[in-house]
Amino acid sequence: MECVDTSISCRDCDIQLLKGRKAIVNVGPDKVMTLKEAIEDYVKDGSHISIGGFTTTRNPMAAVYEIMRQKVRDLHLYVHSNGPAVDELIGGGCVSKIEIAYGGSGKFAATCIRFKKAVQEGTIEIEDYTNYQMTLRFLAGAMGLPFLPTRSSFGTDIINTWGFSREARKNDPKVPDEKLVVMDSPFGNWMDAEKVVLVPAIQTDVTIIHVQKADKQGTGRIEGLTFADVEQAKSAKHLILTCEELVDTGDLRAAPNQNQIPFIHVDAVVHVPHGAYPTACHYYYDYDSAYLNDYAKAARDEQLFSEYLEKYVYGVKGQEELIALVGKERIQAIAADPHTGYAKNLKRN
Amino acid sequence: MEYTSREMMTIVAAREIKNGDIVFCGTGISMLAAMAAKNINAPESVIFFETGSIDARLEELPLAVADPRVMYWASSNSGLLDAFATMQNRITGEHVIGILGAAQIDKFGNINSTVIGDYYKPRTRFSGSGGACDVASFVPRSIIFMQQEKRKFVNKVDYLTSPGHLTGNDGRKKAGLPPGGPELVITNMAVMRFDDATKEMYLSGYYPGITKETVLENMEFDVDVSRAEEVEPPTASELTILRERCDPQRLIL
Repeated sequence: MECVDTSISCRDCDIQLLKGRKAIVNVGPDKVMTLKEAIEDYVKDGSHISIGGFTTTRNPMAAVYEIMRQKVRDLHLYVHSNGPAVDELIGGGCVSKIEIAYGGSGKFAATCIRFKKAVQEGTIEIEDYTNYQMTLRFLAGAMGLPFLPTRSSFGTDIINTWGFSREARKNDPKVPDEKLVVMDSPFGNWMDAEKVVLVPAIQTDVTIIHVQKADKQGTGRIEGLTFADVEQAKSAKHLILTCEELVDTGDLRAAPNQNQIPFIHVDAVVHVPHGAYPTACHYYYDYDSAYLNDYAKAARDEQLFSEYLEKYVYGVKGQEELIALVGKERIQAIAADPHTGYAKNLKRN
Repeated sequence: MEYTSREMMTIVAAREIKNGDIVFCGTGISMLAAMAAKNINAPESVIFFETGSIDARLEELPLAVADPRVMYWASSNSGLLDAFATMQNRITGEHVIGILGAAQIDKFGNINSTVIGDYYKPRTRFSGSGGACDVASFVPRSIIFMQQEKRKFVNKVDYLTSPGHLTGNDGRKKAGLPPGGPELVITNMAVMRFDDATKEMYLSGYYPGITKETVLENMEFDVDVSRAEEVEPPTASELTILRERCDPQRLIL
């Protein structure tokens, strides 16, 4: 029977449509796929992508490692304050342009090491913004606005120095013509602000975030700080959610106010336990200091770094094998205490 | 009681924090200063992170501002959008004191945490602004931690990441910034403040065993030293609380 309702998207039709092929329609009931499939489908050479998390917490590491294994090249990457994920992607040779506020991994690398090297050697192009500006840029994208204003950065090189040249910006339809714009407030001195800085919206081809819980359809729940993940998620043309736990829809719908990601934004759901490892995932596991310290050591030396990549990234098929390689003892040591959400008294030197 | 210069710096910063202050902390020593203040002299100060955590109970020292340790027992865990709005907001922002660090600083407290050398061909690339430029733009008071070295106290920063008093006097207002700016600079040798009118840096204090001359030798530009006094060293009780309650694992100290 043919559906006659053309005014709204008909759920029965969508489900009919999806039978026998991959679920890529946002209202589809089941968007679960493997990480390999999700990255193959959505992350292409030259894609503009953003990744969630902040320094050493909830970086979508499993997805990052899969991008590296698939040898995706020429990515244009957008992040605010990101650590291990940015550094691995750059170290893996996947990135050619980055718009960023902060590249650091806390105590483990005050400045991300491969990031630092790539910028110093000029192997990637960089544009510097602030954390708030990057967040507003994602929000503008999520709101469908060309820009949003702030009072941050007057008088600084964030405004005066452009990483991407005016000409390069003009020639690239996927990048706005201006890095940012200073203007007099059209409201005079209302709110005691005479001027504002306008920051341009970001709309990525794909955003990847790692959440604690998701259902098959893509409703997602983040526990603890959300950083700018929600704005990043909603500013994307396509969204990949990796999750610690794939749960029943009822588990999430029973407390909808705790869900930040409605399924309508989501294209792929990938169940990856320890998907943020070696960064932390609140209530599940802590960051692994040993891994992050070993990484920092390897990243400083070309030979050690290529050995690191061979063993921990290219030498494993996915996160499950990486976790097995690291070994039970270390994985147990970082297991989160259910009360505080982190591993108490963990050795973190 | 013996103490290190790191401990001295932490305690000097902690003493500046008052009850009712909302303390914006970065990674490392700034976090420790906020914890020390909370445990020693300002129990009613509020520890605040740009990641969106407000008034967490820091039972263990976080190693990054996104560390799950900043999420425990917080009044609220939100995200960057809320955190920076709290500082840009003129009602809540008035109570925020920022704690920052940098690779270079000039006499008006403008700081660089982006590059040494040419921006397009940097000799050294650092992490970048993160939230530092936002905080320095929005809040009325901030503390800057620096190492006292000639190459760090420079006539002109290689890249101006976060605004201090810009060109001095009413430079901030002219540029469009809210009022405020850095209040003091704490180094491993001394404490610097900014003149009320000119907004130029002056030497406010030097640590026991350090002379004014030594401080000046470790700066590219001259500052007024006529107002400088010796800084009180940390007390035994301050040190005990700092070591035993704030960083027993010696992660930062």
